[in-house]
Amino acid sequence: MHIHITPKDGVPIYRQLIQQVKLLVASGRLNPGEELPPIRTLAKQLLINPNTVARAYRDLETEGVLESKQGSGTTVCQTGLSPLARKEKITILTDRCDALISEAKQLNVERDILIDIIKQRYDAFDTGDHS
Amino acid sequence: MSSSNDSHPIIEIEHLTRTFRKKAALDDVSLSVPPSCVFGLLGENGAGKSTLIKHILGTLKAKSGSVRVFGENPVENAESVLARIGYLSEDREMPTWMRVHEVMRYTQAFFPKWDEHFASELLETFRLDRDAKVKTLSRGEKAQLGLLAALAHRPELLLLDEPSSGLDAIVRRDILGAIVRTVADEGRTVFFSSHLLEEVERVSDYVAMISGGKLVLCDKLDHIKETHHRLIVHFEDTHSKAPSINGALSCNGHGKEWTLICNGELDKAQAHIQEIGARIVEQNTPSLEDLFIAYSERPMEVVKKGEHS
Repeated sequence: MHIHITPKDGVPIYRQLIQQVKLLVASGRLNPGEELPPIRTLAKQLLINPNTVARAYRDLETEGVLESKQGSGTTVCQTGLSPLARKEKITILTDRCDALISEAKQLNVERDILIDIIKQRYDAFDTGDHS
Repeated sequence: MSSSNDSHPIIEIEHLTRTFRKKAALDDVSLSVPPSCVFGLLGENGAGKSTLIKHILGTLKAKSGSVRVFGENPVENAESVLARIGYLSEDREMPTWMRVHEVMRYTQAFFPKWDEHFASELLETFRLDRDAKVKTLSRGEKAQLGLLAALAHRPELLLLDEPSSGLDAIVRRDILGAIVRTVADEGRTVFFSSHLLEEVERVSDYVAMISGGKLVLCDKLDHIKETHHRLIVHFEDTHSKAPSINGALSCNGHGKEWTLICNGELDKAQAHIQEIGARIVEQNTPSLEDLFIAYSERPMEVVKKGEHS
């Protein structure tokens, strides 16, 4: 599980963890039933406070992304994952779009031009010609 | 991790004031450090961090106010208090003529609970040469040896004064690792001072900021993050100096865009911004660096203290 923490952002670290675990689940890099590192292990690996990891795991459990069973650690939830994953994908992309749109507005780039750019770039990725 | 059911504070400081040559080095500082947490103390050089740590260690006696460590007076009960503290000083002074293994044996003599197995493990982790003389060690290796000496008796309180000061990224990681392990594996308490805001943000449960000898902020980091807001405000007109906004701690920027830091009084600030015809273009959570700057600029006053419930 690859997670990158950047304290400089201002985004609370537990929230960075939550976002990244969701992204890993939504993108299939963490699969249903897959086990997450124990709290202390992840804290030592990322060099962050163990209470922060505990809080992120707890919130992810409440949201139904993770589940923890006595004796078997914390795993990615088996049930109801695909709709959640779809919802998460949309949430993640909506955030990115909002940032893009606000930048476009600041640069006075019109809606249709922005949409054209996205289409062009999407096609470029499909043809492998995006560098 | 908070598994301890003994909730007596590890460190309790009440109304501590210290004056050097008529200048207040510490001015009415009160704080409480609960067990099994990481407590980060922030402040510029000369803000009073080291003076505070010397009071915890008992090398300075509280002249006004009180200091309790494990419920004891660290000056009167120096021996029993110091046996439970692992301390790494900023200058990391060690006898230069000794070899690494001699420093270890020397330190061991002071701490009956010294864990030889753990000491060897740390020696290996840090890749220190047992036979090297202290005077031939690099700055980073000296810090690692100092850290080893502070950790190997598995102290109940790990006390670090600017541990990362002047060190490269690798040794800084060793120090952060030691802090996280101390609290994660053993539920012990860490109190450390630093001017490296990212490190403090990474590992701390509680954060205190000291400026000009006064405690300007002291709270759970989560709570600090929840109650403070960063607003980027766009004004119709150009301002040549910082506009005054209700509820804002600080205001930085130039021309038409200014960044405000608010503490809990978001409604007040939002209403005022709307009233004067400006608009908020961005709203998010400030980093510790933003907060540090905001509080250092302010007229000194205690904003929150001892809310450790």
